[in-house]
Amino acid sequence: MESIVQIQVATMWTLEVPPFLPFFIGALIAAVTRGTLRGAIMVAIPVVSALHLWMVPEGVHLQFAFFDYQLTPYRVDKLSLMFGYVFHIAAFIAIIYSLHVRDTLQQVAALMYAGSGLGAVFAGDLLTLFVFWEFLAFTSVFLIWARRTRRSYQAGMRYLIIQVLSGVILLIGALFYAAENGTLEFGFIGLTGIAGWLIFIAFGIKCAFPFAHNWLTDAYPEATVTGTVILSAFTTKVAVYSLARAYPGTELLVYIGAAMTCFPIFFAVIENDLRRVLAYSLINQVGFMVVGVGIGTALAINGAVSHAFNDVIFKGLLFMTMGAVLHMTGRMNGSDLGGLYKTMPKTTVLCIVGAASISAFPLFSGFVSKSMVMSAALENGYDWIWLMLLFASAGVFHHAGIKIPYFAFFAHDSGLRVSDPPNNMLLAMLIAAVLCIGIGVYPAALYSLLPYDTGYNPYDATHVLAQTQLLFFSALAFVWLNLKGMYPPELHSTNLDVEWFYRRLFPVAIQSLFATTWKLDGALRRAFVLRLHQCLHYLSGIYHVPTGLLTSSRPAGSMAMWVAIFLAGYLFLSFIN
Amino acid sequence: MLIQLPALAVILPLLSAPLCLFLRRSLLAWLFTVIASGLTMLVSITLLQQVMASGTIVYEMGGWSAPWGIEYRIDKLNAYVLLIVSSISTVVLLAAHTSIEKEIPQDRHTLFYVLYLLSLAGLIGVVITGDAFNVFVFLEISSLAAYSLIALGEDRRALWAAYQYLIMGTIGATFILIGIGLMYQMTGTLNMDDLSRRLPEVAQTRTVFAAYAFIIVGVCLKVALFPLHRWLPNAYAYAPSVVTAVLAATSTKVAVYLLIRFTFSIFGISFSFTTVPLQTIFVILGLLGIFAASTTAIFQKNVKHLFAYSSVAQIGYMIVGFSIGTTTGLMATLLHLFNHALMKSALFLALGAVMYRIGSAQLSQFQGLGRQMPFTMAAIVAGGLSLIGVPLTVGFVSKWYLVLAALENGWWPVAVLVLLGSLLALVYVWRIVEAAYFNEPPAGRGAVEEAPLGFLIPVWVLVTANIYFGMDTRLSVQVAQAAAQSLFGVSP
Repeated sequence: MESIVQIQVATMWTLEVPPFLPFFIGALIAAVTRGTLRGAIMVAIPVVSALHLWMVPEGVHLQFAFFDYQLTPYRVDKLSLMFGYVFHIAAFIAIIYSLHVRDTLQQVAALMYAGSGLGAVFAGDLLTLFVFWEFLAFTSVFLIWARRTRRSYQAGMRYLIIQVLSGVILLIGALFYAAENGTLEFGFIGLTGIAGWLIFIAFGIKCAFPFAHNWLTDAYPEATVTGTVILSAFTTKVAVYSLARAYPGTELLVYIGAAMTCFPIFFAVIENDLRRVLAYSLINQVGFMVVGVGIGTALAINGAVSHAFNDVIFKGLLFMTMGAVLHMTGRMNGSDLGGLYKTMPKTTVLCIVGAASISAFPLFSGFVSKSMVMSAALENGYDWIWLMLLFASAGVFHHAGIKIPYFAFFAHDSGLRVSDPPNNMLLAMLIAAVLCIGIGVYPAALYSLLPYDTGYNPYDATHVLAQTQLLFFSALAFVWLNLKGMYPPELHSTNLDVEWFYRRLFPVAIQSLFATTWKLDGALRRAFVLRLHQCLHYLSGIYHVPTGLLTSSRPAGSMAMWVAIFLAGYLFLSFIN
Repeated sequence: MLIQLPALAVILPLLSAPLCLFLRRSLLAWLFTVIASGLTMLVSITLLQQVMASGTIVYEMGGWSAPWGIEYRIDKLNAYVLLIVSSISTVVLLAAHTSIEKEIPQDRHTLFYVLYLLSLAGLIGVVITGDAFNVFVFLEISSLAAYSLIALGEDRRALWAAYQYLIMGTIGATFILIGIGLMYQMTGTLNMDDLSRRLPEVAQTRTVFAAYAFIIVGVCLKVALFPLHRWLPNAYAYAPSVVTAVLAATSTKVAVYLLIRFTFSIFGISFSFTTVPLQTIFVILGLLGIFAASTTAIFQKNVKHLFAYSSVAQIGYMIVGFSIGTTTGLMATLLHLFNHALMKSALFLALGAVMYRIGSAQLSQFQGLGRQMPFTMAAIVAGGLSLIGVPLTVGFVSKWYLVLAALENGWWPVAVLVLLGSLLALVYVWRIVEAAYFNEPPAGRGAVEEAPLGFLIPVWVLVTANIYFGMDTRLSVQVAQAAAQSLFGVSP
């Protein structure tokens, strides 16, 4: 009996500790420690925090009043728990993967960034969400800048501006929301009123909606080897979580998501930088989740959430394998790589596992979640969307499932002879790969965590057959195109995306605009100053000269006249009344 | 003793004046004057406390009861103005000894203090008395003393300026006297309280209209309302610095007090604001004054002239507040009485310090002073900021209430114009800042030392007051509000 009370007291006390706190404290410690000690502490943080999260029941655990509003920095329900778990897994894997890094800046930023992501998904009100939203931006940008090249600095700056913009829009939206509804609670918002739209746009920017996606493909490939791994896990998933909470069943999201699944494929196929290929495929995968959120049924939400869960792991795995290649060879362009399987066999195998997962091979994790979204689309009558998703699945297989491992590890021999990466990297990749296969083989474990119980079974004959056929023909197409020499060759090139508008067109336009404006402004100003001088000259004639109208030094006469006028006018006015 | 306080407020400076004549030494006369003025200030503070605590004090001079005798009637309004006059006079006096040392010949120092005390007694008397004819008497006492004080200025043009002021002031005083005479003719009484009760019976006669017209025009001359301001700039510019500081801060304020007293207490708002379009005329003249005088100030080459014109502009603000004709508007005017007294006394006293060191107030001589007289110039900048109406200074408080009053009345163009007027103030203050901080000292001027403590202490007391009352507005706002409410017959 006594021990139960003690446990209760213990859990009562620990309930008060929101999950971002261990990460922030850990970041502080990591800032002052070095070497093995820091490594141990960093590995321990997600483990301890995850155990703690495992015990926390659902409900609101931290709440206080702020002016007239209730702030809820720590709220736990099934949806946030799901993301909480996967964020812990991602943080754990990424930390192991980056154990060899000696750069304090990166390690601290990574912990802060992971903590901010956790803070955001457990935020129960819009103001707390905004705070962590901006935290995500400010902490993650250091993972990009940590590469310490001019390119990464500029990319980071562009990234930061867009992210902060998203935060500012969120804040404005939140203020409007509070004014409209008298509460800041972060629940279903819906696309009603200006608040709904503003918050939607803020989420959309972070979610890499089409035309707002360039921060992702621009900045992620410029980050450090380990930075990209951790970056890929949090920012977009926080946005997916926020959409799932605030806008489930918003039909617009279905179309936006479908567009997100399709358009990156074209860019990904012609892109040479393999990490940028992965960045495009990240948008594509997020598109599946957005479609799921947009459909909004229990099955669709389950699909979106579980696909987010799986994507964090398999996309992380792919980024890790590419990171390993970059780490060992220093090159990232498909045209410079090839034939690495001979000396990097373990990495090759792990990469193929990741590729199989993202391509949704049966028995790999992508399959059990992506099929949920597609089933939901079909069930709700979105036939065309289903076709688009099908096309996107084939495309994913193409660029992420085949292109990535093929150009990195096979294709023509680049002559590079590097060994497998350090053990900590291999271990991290191994954990991710095991999870990919584990979830694929035994999806019930994942399904038990989902917000809704739908009794869904991915392994029925239709699904498996349809998916296998799709993959088979897609592979066939690749082989055929490649043999005929019609596959777009990997070339050193810069592919233009929407970012061209703000990286080239916009600056050029602005510069020419300013040049003209300045010329015009100069001319106008000269004219104005001339007029002003003339005016001043005239005025000073009136006011300033001793004999001027208002400054004569012998005022008595004129003033007596004024007095008389004043009096006469006054009397006249009062008498006529 | 406490019962006799109202009489004491006038008698103290009035009797000190002839006594001071016996003190031949400048220092002694100065100390004596400071003590007399300081005691008057203490009396004013006590009176204000009493009035705020227990309401209007009525004092019958010599035991003769009104309306035969002269009655001193102290309500919140005149207790408030009394405090302004006596405290500014005392603080400015602190610098007098140092200042007149260079500006007035040694043998006239005693005379200066005698005139100063007479002027103070006159101003206090105008404010404190409850008898209309008595107002004229005290007004003449203070004005005659002021003319002589201005004539003491070292510049020979001072005499000329004093003469012009004398003519204009006398016209104004005569007009007031004519007005009072007409009122006496119609009511048979000179007591203000009595007048206010008897005037409504005969209000619709032309004699009363004429009486009000004469009084308003006469008082407006004293107020220096645009376009009747022409005596002011020269008088302020050529008077000794201390005289300018005290006159700028008190004499026009007392005239504004008279305007309020005659309009609200004696004739009553229903008469004053309805018989003639007084509101419209005053708003237009006030706004014209703000813009014309501020623009003129921008073109001045003498900083004393500059601030004198700025004073005319500031009076425009008071008139605008007055003519809005609501409690808030009147409150803004009363606040500006207090606040403008603080700003202008600080500014003119700081100018006195500059005069003391470089013997000139020409703008060209201000070049490079920012580094040579840092404390003095900082005071001028602080006073200038207050003049513009920057938040955390008193100028902001009065502008705030003025704009509030205009908006309350739906006069938003007035509010906009008032704020635009502040921009003009920014321009002329900036000219001084530019000269003092961004220009090199003119060639040929030797090293300039910081002003002596005799100046710095009173100047910085006033500057601190400018900032303190800009943040802690309890005293000024509370009293101004209570006074405005009682004038409108709202029991506070």
